[in-house]
Parts: sequence; C-alpha cells; structure tokens
Amino acid sequence: MNATKDYAEAPINQQLSAEEKISFLREMMRIRRFEQASLKQYQQGKMGGFLHLYIGQESVAVGTVSLAGDNDHIITAYRDHGHALAVGMSMNECMAELYGKATGCSKGKGGSMHFFAPDKRYWGGHGIVAGQTPLGAGLAYGLKYQGITGSCLCYLGDGAINQGAYHESLNLAALFDLPVIYVIENNGYSMGTSQQRSSAFKSCLAERADGYNIVWDQANGEDLYEVRAKAQVAIERAHEESRPSVLEIDTYRYYGHSVADANSKKYRSPEEIDRYKQHHDPVNLWQQRLIDEGVIDTDKAKEIDLAAKEEAKASVQFAEDSAFPEPEAILEDVYYEVDTDSEAGQTGRHFFND
Amino acid sequence: MRTITYRQALNEALAEELTRDENVVIMGEEVAEYNGAYKVTEGLLDRFGPKRVVDTPISEAGFIGMGIGASMLGVRPVMELMFWSFAYVAFDQMINNAGCVRYMSGGLIHCPIVVRGPANGGTNVGATHSHTPENFIANTPGLKVVCPATPYDAKGLMKTAIRDNDPVYVMENTLLYGESGDVPDEEYTIPLGVADVKREGSDLSIIGHGRAVITALQAAEVLEKEHQLSVEVVDLRSVRPLDEETILSSVRKTNRALLVDENKPFCAVSSHIAAVIQEKAFDYLDAPIARLNALDAPAIYSPPLEKIQLPNVDAVVKKALHVCS
Repeated sequence: MNATKDYAEAPINQQLSAEEKISFLREMMRIRRFEQASLKQYQQGKMGGFLHLYIGQESVAVGTVSLAGDNDHIITAYRDHGHALAVGMSMNECMAELYGKATGCSKGKGGSMHFFAPDKRYWGGHGIVAGQTPLGAGLAYGLKYQGITGSCLCYLGDGAINQGAYHESLNLAALFDLPVIYVIENNGYSMGTSQQRSSAFKSCLAERADGYNIVWDQANGEDLYEVRAKAQVAIERAHEESRPSVLEIDTYRYYGHSVADANSKKYRSPEEIDRYKQHHDPVNLWQQRLIDEGVIDTDKAKEIDLAAKEEAKASVQFAEDSAFPEPEAILEDVYYEVDTDSEAGQTGRHFFND
Repeated sequence: MRTITYRQALNEALAEELTRDENVVIMGEEVAEYNGAYKVTEGLLDRFGPKRVVDTPISEAGFIGMGIGASMLGVRPVMELMFWSFAYVAFDQMINNAGCVRYMSGGLIHCPIVVRGPANGGTNVGATHSHTPENFIANTPGLKVVCPATPYDAKGLMKTAIRDNDPVYVMENTLLYGESGDVPDEEYTIPLGVADVKREGSDLSIIGHGRAVITALQAAEVLEKEHQLSVEVVDLRSVRPLDEETILSSVRKTNRALLVDENKPFCAVSSHIAAVIQEKAFDYLDAPIARLNALDAPAIYSPPLEKIQLPNVDAVVKKALHVCS
C-alpha cells in the first residue's frame, strides 16, 4: 500500500462532478451542524437518554453511502445520526426523534440510537453492540435469496469486533457467500477503553477476517477519496462475486462515547483530541481539498456551512413545535397484525394492561 | 381423517407452506442433509432443494439474527432451534431485534419470522437442555408464542405461524414428537389466540399448554374413573395472544381451577393465568386457584427424579382432589 497514493485518481473519484464533490461537503457539514445543535439541546435537558455523537467521523458515512445504489442497504449501530442524514433522512424527523416527538422518524419510540428509514434502505440504528451484524448478514441473505444484485453495508465500531455475534456473522457471510460489507469505524476507543486495552490483533482489526477467508482492507478516514475508493472495491466484490468484505476505516470521535461519558477527556489527552481537530478533521480536509482543486472558494464553503447551521436550527424549532405522541401511541406499532386490524390481530388478547 | 405423529404433522405443515409461498425458507442446524436432529424436517431437502432448506453452523445468535435480517426484506424464514434451550445464546437477536424493531421503528419494519423447536424437560438431558422459555417470550410484547399439544394443533398452528406477519415462536416437545393423533386430509389452519377445550367437564377446570395438557387429560381419566369427578381440560395452545374468554367461561362453569404448567413456578405462564382468573372470575370460584408447576429447581438429570420434578398424572390427581375437597 502506497501511503502517498492519491485516491482522487481512483476511477470512482475521477468521474465525480464538481456538484457531487460539493454535495459531500454539504452532507458532512449538515451532519456536524445537526449534531452540534442536538448537543446544545441535550445539554439544556430537551432530550432524554444517550446521545452518541458522530462528530469527527462524518467522512465514513458520507463517503461510503455516496456509493450506495438502489439495491445497496445500510445498517449501523447506535452512533447512527450521520448515516441517517447521509441516506437522506431529514434533519426535522431526526431532531424530533431525539426530542421524543410524534413527528420523529420513529414517532418518538426509538430515540437517538434507533433511527430507521426502510424506504431509503436504512435499517437502523441498533442499540446493542454488534447486535446489528447478524442482521446485516441477513439483509445480504435476503437480497441474494430474492436474486437481487445488491449489497448491505453494515457498520460497527472497533469495540464491536470482540462480540461473538460479529464473528458468527463473518463465518456465515463467508460460508454462504453473502454480499455484505462490514465497515469497522475504528475511532480508537470502545467507550473508555483504548484499542490496545480491548482488542488482541496482529496488524489491524480487519485482519481477523483472514481467518474466515474474507478479503479485508484498511482506509484512512480523513480522506474521503480513499474511503470511497476502498469501499467501492468492496461493493463491486459484493455485486460481482457475491462475496463479503471487511473494511476498517480509521477515524476519530471528538466527543465522548456518549455525551453522558464523563471521562471522555481522561482516557485520552486533550492534546490528542486537539491534534485530530487541527490536522485530521475530515470536513476541514475535504473543504481544503475542494478549494485546492478550484471546485469551491472559501465564501462558497461558508455559505454551505451557514445553510447547514440554519437547517439544524430550523430542525430544533421543528422539534420544539412538534407534539409528543399521544398516550395511546404506547400500544401502537407492537404487532403488525394488530396495527393492520387483520383477523389475526383481532383474535385473542395481545395486550394485558387491565 | 388420518392418524399421524406430531412430528409428521409438523413436517406436513412445513412442506405445505414451502409449497405455498416461495419466500418460506427452512434454516437451522442439521435440518437439511441430516434430515433434522429430531426428523421434523425429514425429506424436505430432497423435495425442495438447498435454497429452501438450509443447514446452518452451530451459531444460534448468528443464524437467527441472519433470519431476522432477511425477514425485514420479506423473506419468511422458519428457523429451527435444535433445543429451545439454545435460544439463550441468541436472546439479543430474538428479543431486542425481532421483538423490538417494529416498535422502535415506529411501525416501519416488521419481521415475519418463525423460530421453532422443542422446549421441554423430561428427557434426562440436564438443566442446560431442559428449559421452557414460553414465559420469557410471552413477557416480551412484540413476540407471539404457541405451544401445541397434539398433532392436529401442531400442524394447524405451525401453518398459521408461518403466515403471520409478526415473529411467532413455536415451542414443541420432544416427548410428543412420536405421539399420534387425528389430522384431517384436507388443508386447515388454526388461528393463534384461540384455546381449545380438549375435554368437557363440570367439576373442575384444568388449564395448561403443551405437554401439560396431555398429562391433564390422563389425570382427568383417573379422576373420573376413580373419584367420580368430571374434569374439563382447557388447552391454551397459544400463550400470546391469549384466549381469555375460553379460560374464563370454563372456570365460570366449573367454579374451580387447577393450572398445570411445566414452567418453573415463579412468574410462570400459570402465574399470569391465575391473575386473569382472579381478576375476572373471582366471584365464581369455590376454591382458591391451584397451580402445579415443575418443582422449583434446575432440571435434574437423574431419570426417576426428573419424572417427579415435572407435573405428572399422580401429582395432578392429588392436586385436583385437594382443589375439589
């Protein structure tokens, strides 16, 4: 691997129009501004539960999702806001979900960790570490069963690779030739435990795929071109050979595991965080790249950022103005057959509240 | 009418649904080439081929989760657990993913999946292989659980479970696989949430599910012949959804209730049935509701003792006489 290789020269990147390149910047800025707005509201007590921020990792979701076609499906873990916006979910429905409002993407029933948009082939948003990895294999299995050429991009964190479910999924994916791509977003910390203290490995985490005869690769997450170039290879493998891949993308989160992570500046130094912000920030680096390429100028970048900020602000207002679900909603969306009032849904007692 | 075994009845249900709907796929350990650890899937690989009948590795969390993921795309997997006890390594997938994804997505996703296999003690395989988790599953809104006691019910309920659009967990019983019963020649289904009065009576209602129903029916014979008691036996068939009306109308008729249940007593299915009767038929009761559960310890290996640990005919008779005294 040539460390100085310029992935802008990869065919998948050479064919990008200026507008497409700008759209990636816009998507990354939207994710960052959305999350900054959500953090502010979280700190003001406007939402409950956890808030796992994606800030610092935006290039991973935007770069990989930018390659997804009509039959490429997405599923991730609980740090799911970035992927949600990248697949085209609106800030309004996402912010409202954080607020627990009826206008939220899950009607206020899922919260931060459980965003879904199956119409956009986005299957969540899963709260249990690595719990989504067998589901990702299953989505790929479903595509293959139905004779559809497609893939499933299944994201997981570096902390998830030690869960049995991930290993079982790798075995099944290889055994059944499933078109699934496991994207390890390696931000270096499984909550407060560094990679060195949590995972046994030889050269990198993706390398474990070797044991399952799965092709793997590593990418530098600060370079959106590299993320796209390497993810494209994996997607082609899925489409053309119906074979799985593991792609480890090195990245970094600026905030804690969640906002409730009180030790986020204790298990790593402030200098380390600053170093990433100064020198490895994927949004800044992409912006500079586009300026260097003459695709945009500083004013245009500011304009995009301002628009993202305004959109995020409006989403807060939308969430504020939205109503909470009615109490009756507690008992809706439990059983398909009950919700659709089918004969099965009307037969026997499904709920036991009085 | 034909007389076939519980195992054959299940096999027919699977074969008929494989024929009816090309989205149905059978998956599990040893279901294909080995013809099923308990031969429930015997012959299906030959008839339907390897796309429809799929052997999986011993990897319950992985393959059950994979089935759940495929079901979100419209595949209708029927997953075999060699023992329901093995579900415990797949509980995150079965409870969090299959059980909660519809709710957490605000109704955008549903999982038309069936997980089936034997869930019973009584075969001297020790505690790890003898669990009866129907109470755990029934405690999870979003999931459905059925426990057929006869070949007729096994076939009809299995076919309905496969057609249902929610996750349905079917708990069979290795001690019943070889039992025979009448099954119609023509196609039929049995709705979930409808209990069955397996025997009519007027002095006492014995209510149960799964193999406990068979035990209750045998005890009812003894009670009639030796003690001149007319016993009604109500088979829940489906634990969730639950047919409360059939339970309550039986108790209102007999005024006495004995709940026989292979679950351990604490928070058992029978605990819930007792609460329902107490709340809705209290004034009809001539005696406290009685329960007979598996004795409250992990399943013992020692064969003669395991017979004592589970509800058996002698224990049911004794308890019934006490309720009717």
